[in-house]
Amino acid sequence: MKFKALTAVAALMVAMPAITLADPDDDTLVLNGETEMVTKAAAPAHMEETGIDTVMSGWHFRNDDTQAMQADDFDNPGMLAVESAIEAWNTVEGEAGKSCASCHGAAEDSMKGIRAVYPKWNETAGELRTLAMQVNDCRTNQMKAEPYKYDSGPMAAMEALISVQSRGMPVNVAIDGPVQAIWEKGKELYYTRTGILELSCASCHEENYGNMIRADHLSQGQINGFPTYRLKNAKLNTVHGRFKGCVRDTRAETYKPGSEEFIALELYVASRGNGLSVEGPSVRN
Amino acid sequence: MKVYALTLAATLAAGAAFAGEVAPADVVFNEDGAIVASLSGVAGNPAEGAKVMTNRGLGNCVACHEVSALSDAPFHGNVGPSLDGVGDRWSAAELRSIIVNAKVMYEGTVMPSFYRVSGFTRPGDGYTGKAATEIAPLLTAQQVEDVVAFLGTLKE
Repeated sequence: MKFKALTAVAALMVAMPAITLADPDDDTLVLNGETEMVTKAAAPAHMEETGIDTVMSGWHFRNDDTQAMQADDFDNPGMLAVESAIEAWNTVEGEAGKSCASCHGAAEDSMKGIRAVYPKWNETAGELRTLAMQVNDCRTNQMKAEPYKYDSGPMAAMEALISVQSRGMPVNVAIDGPVQAIWEKGKELYYTRTGILELSCASCHEENYGNMIRADHLSQGQINGFPTYRLKNAKLNTVHGRFKGCVRDTRAETYKPGSEEFIALELYVASRGNGLSVEGPSVRN
Repeated sequence: MKVYALTLAATLAAGAAFAGEVAPADVVFNEDGAIVASLSGVAGNPAEGAKVMTNRGLGNCVACHEVSALSDAPFHGNVGPSLDGVGDRWSAAELRSIIVNAKVMYEGTVMPSFYRVSGFTRPGDGYTGKAATEIAPLLTAQQVEDVVAFLGTLKE
């Protein structure tokens, strides 16, 4: 199907020069003037059939001002959420009289490397867990507290605090073993063209990254930078919140944040970014 | 996964269409994939077509296509090819087909179908994210004809 699509595009492109104006840039992301981030990497082996040989952070598709905002923690509005999450981390909530810190101590130590490998299979529970699911499992089962709403501000902030501890480490989610079937389901969803506009994730982020839809510069749709502070809505956004927005914009009935579908899709999309640095909280349009 | 159950709703919607219009389900493609007959029976108006092409709530064609004649509208995309000169390269019947359902002539194209009401996966109610209760085509029959008329003016 992809071959035919390309043929069609080629046929339509007669007499039209290649447009390179909007290609991703070659800038280098150095965090706080210290840590050089991997924002382009060789595509993971499972992407061979896509024809994409380099995976790229969405950072490359943003303008210089937005890029600079992410490069300095004092300018990154997402870091304010990290500050608020540190407070939440140390606050006792729930009937068990515990905070996150009661079990996990300092997030800087205990959460290092966590973001990079999520979503991750939980052997005891026999399920694939996103970071949000794990946070809520702790809240309900360990703290006996109310769970956060899946794509809420407090959840996004807690994810940001956990992500920060892995910044610069390569995304490395497992796709085999017990999660393989879920990964396959996520892949199927990635290529499913939904809604009245009949667009899949791949329609924009695989076939057309680097191109423009009006003023929107299409990226590869990587999620290594999540949670991400979007200038558009001036808040920290979760992966599932963003998925929902994308599916809605195909004029489709969306899936729900925290649904089986979005959990599977998160695993698949995360795996397309294996090798890129964890960037969360990133800054995007 | 595709929703065919909505054909009934589509038929009912088509019942409300203007007399002389071809309903989305009744559009006839010829052996070359083109649509020879006008959808509305009324000649297209190029000026109205230009509005449809730049209006974000209507065709928003410039979201994906560059059109030099519409340079007053900001930010033309480049997901699709430039439309400059399409009036030389395609007949009205072919242009009509590409707007109605580009997948007939170009299987797998990312271009949405602007005059179709069935065969969708998880069709939504506009941009609400909720399920559609009935599906109207993205453009009316006359709006399609207006766009065909405008594209016909785009000569090299």
